[in-house]
Amino acid sequence: MAAVQQTVDTVKTLDVDAYKYGFTTEIESDKAPKGLNEDTVRFISARKREPDWLTQWRLDAYRRWETMAEPRWARVDYPKINYQDLYYYSAPKGTAGPKTLAEVDPELLRTYEKLGIPLSEQEILAGVQERRVAVDAVFDSVSVVTTFKEELGKAGVIFCPISEAVRAYPELVRKYLGSVVPVTDNYFATLNSAVFSDGSFVYIPPGVRCPMELSTYFRINEQNTGQFERTLIIADAGSYVSYLEGCTAPKRDENQLHAAVVELIALEDAEIKYSTVQNWYPGDSEGRGGIYNFVTKRGDCRGARSKISWTQVETGSAITWKYPSCILRGDHSRGEFYSIAISNGHQQVDSGTKMLHLGKNTSSRIISKGISAGQSQNTYRGQVFAHRKAQNARNFTNCDSLLIGDQCGAHTVPYIEAKNSTAQFEHEATTSKISDDQLFYCMQRGLEAEEATALIVNGFVRDVLQQLPMEFAVEAQKLIAISLEGSVG
Amino acid sequence: MLEIENLHVRVAGKKILDGLNLTVEDGQVAAIMGPNGSGKSTLSYVVAGRADYEVEQGSIKLDGADILEMSPAERAARGLFLVFQYPLEIPGVATMTFLKAALNAQRKARGEAELPTLEFMKQVRAAAAKLNISQDMLKRPVNVGFSGGEKKRMEVLQMALLEPRFAILDEMDSGLDIDALKTCAEGVNALRGEGRSLLVITHYQRLLNFIPPDVVHVMSRGKIVRSGGPDLALALEATGYADYTEGAAA
Repeated sequence: MAAVQQTVDTVKTLDVDAYKYGFTTEIESDKAPKGLNEDTVRFISARKREPDWLTQWRLDAYRRWETMAEPRWARVDYPKINYQDLYYYSAPKGTAGPKTLAEVDPELLRTYEKLGIPLSEQEILAGVQERRVAVDAVFDSVSVVTTFKEELGKAGVIFCPISEAVRAYPELVRKYLGSVVPVTDNYFATLNSAVFSDGSFVYIPPGVRCPMELSTYFRINEQNTGQFERTLIIADAGSYVSYLEGCTAPKRDENQLHAAVVELIALEDAEIKYSTVQNWYPGDSEGRGGIYNFVTKRGDCRGARSKISWTQVETGSAITWKYPSCILRGDHSRGEFYSIAISNGHQQVDSGTKMLHLGKNTSSRIISKGISAGQSQNTYRGQVFAHRKAQNARNFTNCDSLLIGDQCGAHTVPYIEAKNSTAQFEHEATTSKISDDQLFYCMQRGLEAEEATALIVNGFVRDVLQQLPMEFAVEAQKLIAISLEGSVG
Repeated sequence: MLEIENLHVRVAGKKILDGLNLTVEDGQVAAIMGPNGSGKSTLSYVVAGRADYEVEQGSIKLDGADILEMSPAERAARGLFLVFQYPLEIPGVATMTFLKAALNAQRKARGEAELPTLEFMKQVRAAAAKLNISQDMLKRPVNVGFSGGEKKRMEVLQMALLEPRFAILDEMDSGLDIDALKTCAEGVNALRGEGRSLLVITHYQRLLNFIPPDVVHVMSRGKIVRSGGPDLALALEATGYADYTEGAAA
């Protein structure tokens, strides 16, 4: 119960409308001219000193994007985005190349310190942190530092900004980039392919168990700037990696665009565990500002007996449009999706997953917990599909929604399609409400209203929290309470 | 000591308590009997501080302090406990976790240190054994899938653990077979004394055979209409409530 107590203490120290990570870093930036055209694409590619094939790849994506229309099928409502009114590249001055910690602008280091992200290897080595986590810190469009590279290198693990990987490991990048999420996949993925800035690249060699957790921390700082990160993770045969991703942004009155692409590839007997705690600025209590989060995340279980597991805790963003998916191509491969999506205020969430069963004897599991409070709308949208050759595909889906108050909405939209008669798909769904009686019961036993709500919600999401790495689970628990702040009247 | 003076309460516009006066002394076991709709459950909810009850007039004092403006949690920390007629389920929250959260919240509100986990476990196990509550039940989510008897035993376990100054038992006998009733009553009786007061609310004399009261109050149409010794309950069993409800709305 220490965590719940901590949660409550954290909540109490905050103002009703306070987003903890809403501060701005004053730092000079090098930006691309406003707007989007072929020159913008060339500008970004040139800044990153990319080879010609990648410049062409981007331009091809840009030309396709121009012919595409923004998807409108999600249950989210927002004004038309003016893509010409945005900056597509912004880098803190003087961060052009890879850096060691000593070379990083102290202002940036202070930013990450304030966010509670450990960047100093010394401190971590000295045992201040019990478990070691290697961090790639991405600030607007560039990676500012990656820790523990040397030590990971000894195990043969590559962990670096993707812009660096393009130059240092061109054959790996060229082989896998766009192989899970094709350039033409969807409007936002195609846009990302044209203008992607930075993100992480991970390669785990055959048979290697990555010696520590890898994590990337994304921060949007600059005004009117989109962040288009690109992450590529390859787990070679028989390897294992656990990867964490965190996101925050300053409070701003206007909306900011975030359109990321994440591709995971698991070869034979490999396992990738990918966890996200997404806490982008959600907008204020009137629904002003906040991040538009349009993300394409997909994993390919390419080899036999491979496994990909997505765990997400989504509490931020004004709009979330996100469906981390698994292509179960290898025989006996397994996909998992564990999600906690919390919406409060005026947030709109349309999130879920796709499990595409292609190989034989593949299995998948989906556990989704949606919590809506305030005037928010929270939709689970999920697809489970078995190809006609996918013998013995198995899926279990459990989709629970919890409503707090009477002005929010929860929606469940499952798409289930089996083209092979041996498939066994199960779908369970519930919708419930925290009742006044439940709250009163807890309060009569001595818990104040926020403590009682935190306890009930933590019980509701327990199955998913258990999937998170330990430190993240505690963080997530705190975040849940903060996100629901002010939801009990 | 609980002192209620001239209490007037409306629920959704309807008058339920109409000038109720009641005093329960330290260490006293008082029974309130009355027909359906006389306001017994409303009384227990108002004392415990449930929202949606409009107190128009009057005061409720616990050990001399006016508790009407206090939150339910503050009242609980001052030693008020309600055995619910229908205990609530809390999915996903292990009973042990819930007990610890409740106990520590109350201790914190009183400025006391948290109970060390080992000491806490010891206390829970001892109390659970007396009430026939298995370790397995303590690991299961609060009241989820519990039978009526198990839920009531869990209420008594919470009472034993939280050691209230003043406990209200709201129709504790409803939904209990005779064996379960005996176990619960024994649990409650073990907590009698040490200045602890009990307010036993019931329709039937039966419960009072197991938890003998010091005084009996009869409630009708939102107020106490008669008070007496234990024999008053027996008389009621014989004659029914007709004497007290004449002219009352159905």
